[in-house]
Amino acid sequence: MAASTSLLQAPPFQRYQLDQAYDEMFDSAGQVRPHYQALFDTLQSMPAEQLRRRKQIADLSFLHQGITFTVYGREEGIERIFPNDLLPRIITNAEWSKIERGLVQRITALNLFLHDIYHEGRILNDRVVPLDLIYSCKQFRRQMRGFAIARNAYINVVGTDLIRMPSGEFVVLEDNLRVPSGVSYMLVSRQVMKRIFPTLFQQCGVQPIEHYPQALLQTLRSLAPDGRPNPTIALMTPGVYNSAYFEHAYLARQMGIQLIEGRDLIVHDNFVYTRTTAGLQRIDVIYRRIDDDFIDPVAFRADTSLGVPGLFNAYRAGNVTLANALGTGVADDKAVYALVPKIIKYYLDEDPILNNVETFLMSEAAERDHVLCNLEKYVVKAVGESGGYGMLIGPHSTAEQREEFRRRVTADPRNYIAQPTIMLSRAPCVIEDNIESRHVDLRPYILNSGEKITVVPGGLTRVALTRGSLVVNSSQGGGSKDTWVLH
Amino acid sequence: MMLSRVADSLYWMARYIERAEHTARLITVHWNLMLDQGSVEPLERWQRVARMLDAPKSDLPPDDPLAIARSLVFDLGNRSSIVSSIMAARENAQQVREQISSEMFETLNRVYHSVRRSNLDDFWNVEPLDFLREVLESAHLFMGITDSTMRHGDGWHLIHTARHVERACALSQMLRVHYKDQIDDPLEWAGLLRSSTAFEAYCKVYTAELRPQSIAEFLILDADFPHSIRFCALRITRGLKEIGRSLPAHQTQRISRLAGRFQAHVEFTLIGEVLSAGVQDFLTGVIRQCLEIHKEIYHVYISYPVEAAIET
Repeated sequence: MAASTSLLQAPPFQRYQLDQAYDEMFDSAGQVRPHYQALFDTLQSMPAEQLRRRKQIADLSFLHQGITFTVYGREEGIERIFPNDLLPRIITNAEWSKIERGLVQRITALNLFLHDIYHEGRILNDRVVPLDLIYSCKQFRRQMRGFAIARNAYINVVGTDLIRMPSGEFVVLEDNLRVPSGVSYMLVSRQVMKRIFPTLFQQCGVQPIEHYPQALLQTLRSLAPDGRPNPTIALMTPGVYNSAYFEHAYLARQMGIQLIEGRDLIVHDNFVYTRTTAGLQRIDVIYRRIDDDFIDPVAFRADTSLGVPGLFNAYRAGNVTLANALGTGVADDKAVYALVPKIIKYYLDEDPILNNVETFLMSEAAERDHVLCNLEKYVVKAVGESGGYGMLIGPHSTAEQREEFRRRVTADPRNYIAQPTIMLSRAPCVIEDNIESRHVDLRPYILNSGEKITVVPGGLTRVALTRGSLVVNSSQGGGSKDTWVLH
Repeated sequence: MMLSRVADSLYWMARYIERAEHTARLITVHWNLMLDQGSVEPLERWQRVARMLDAPKSDLPPDDPLAIARSLVFDLGNRSSIVSSIMAARENAQQVREQISSEMFETLNRVYHSVRRSNLDDFWNVEPLDFLREVLESAHLFMGITDSTMRHGDGWHLIHTARHVERACALSQMLRVHYKDQIDDPLEWAGLLRSSTAFEAYCKVYTAELRPQSIAEFLILDADFPHSIRFCALRITRGLKEIGRSLPAHQTQRISRLAGRFQAHVEFTLIGEVLSAGVQDFLTGVIRQCLEIHKEIYHVYISYPVEAAIET
């Protein structure tokens, strides 16, 4: 592969960009990494026209399966498919096993943390985590204090966002402990990839992920209230207009459970029932894909019709399990995130296997002053936001935007954190007829039944499809690609 | 057993697909009859087709025959158009995606994208019959896939019940208009059969001799032809019986009685009696009974009062 630099000047790679960002396919000398060799060879030998044809097949498959989102504005909404890049992102077994251990460690610690802050609050009394930080968090649910939840498992379904630093190290960017989404894209794009690149798939030796729905169902079953050996499990969706509705329906079907909405449920004597053609049927476990705020208009936000009056009381009475538990958002608050390494150390007496991104709390005066003087170098994020909203990317910002954020941070420092701008790693993508590199992250999915933590070998690789962009969120021009973890 | 909301969506999904299929077939037949330039003026013909489909007059363009045909196919403002029906069917399917098989949704989704494509106008102007054929084939494919990929449980029985309620109503309405307009052109009688895919099946029973009384007997009272009113009644009764198994008998008493009476009404009547007592009244009776059954399905399975259910 001595001639690889010149290979990079020939089609389809002539627009491929290599610089200080870590590249998933090429090392810094421009050599193909061994685990990408098969993909590289396939691309070298594939005519542009065939690449285009395979891309069309993949896109059409997404369209027909209805994996779309609706673009509003015109008369009756136009449906677009989620951009899915044709090329797999490949991770070696060694890299993966470290990620897996790191995630298990992190989820274990965060779960202990949630139990602690809703019970004795040892970590607060020991001043490892400041009391203020927790009690000022909008996601802290007073209603959950002292409540013993099923199997002490607060977080059951997690999608943690990882990124790869220029050094090649994977670090955690965000913990999503409320209602993480995207796992259906992981499952569907795998199906499509097997159809598009069967030979390559077999050559590489990829670990399967297809058992995710069964593993999820098992996790949910294990959380059923005591004395319910054959629990009825349902997935609760905000409804067909939610952007993740496809995923809700997909998972419910794959698990063979009912997809329910708030209007299907009634609570009577602290038990939860669905209205069916055979009368009322009791529900034992609800995998809810709806935020805490909307669960029960009596206990939380009153101005919503998505939830069910009385559901929270039935939950506290132990007659129904909600997964994830309510109040888990306090542990994925971006300011609490900064303390996760300390949290891991506190509960497990271990050093974190996966590091954090360096994070500055704007509530700390010294850190705030430093960041505000160097705003153009930092990414500033609101602590409770997700989906790439409420964010300032310093190097790509205008003076006006920086001024705006300076004002916001000064007005409400607790609500903001800052992180240095990180060059996410890049992976090869099909852009028109060429192969170009684009920034990617990685969201693996983790299941926790209280007894066992399972990480499915793979995840959703999100791609910033615009050249140079660092924003991978699908709401902001991001796409996804299949992730292959090798045997 | 299924969620009441799911039952609601499955029911309407099935009715809308049946409606799209029926409309597509009726328009195909009359398009062909129009090309033959028979005894009926185009404007009169398309206005009649609209009445056969019970399309509200206010939804239709007034005096242009081809514009009426076009509206019955495409117009989103026209609630009974083919495209409206397909969109409504898909919207309902969307609500119950985890209840129907992936293959069912994909089939419906394909035809949806096909009728929503941007160059549809050109296609319609050049090859209208091909467009209708695509809709018909998709509807057939959908029902075949439903039968072979969905569990034949309550949901499936409800789909079949809904489909035959829709079919019985559509058939009755079409016949009612045909009789009201006192049509006696043999081409139009053949068209009536074709509008129910019944031409070949009729010929097998009665030979190609097209006698109005035999045609009426075939479309109303034949026991074995899927597009006869009697056949529909039989399927409705059977479907409701299956669905009713999950409820105590006293809750399904009324719906069983309504369905049973409807079935008896078409099973134990002779065509001579129907014709001498007035075929219009008979058909109006069929539509009324279907409506009663429809309401009772909602009352028993879908929008029942919760308090009553708690007590049992």
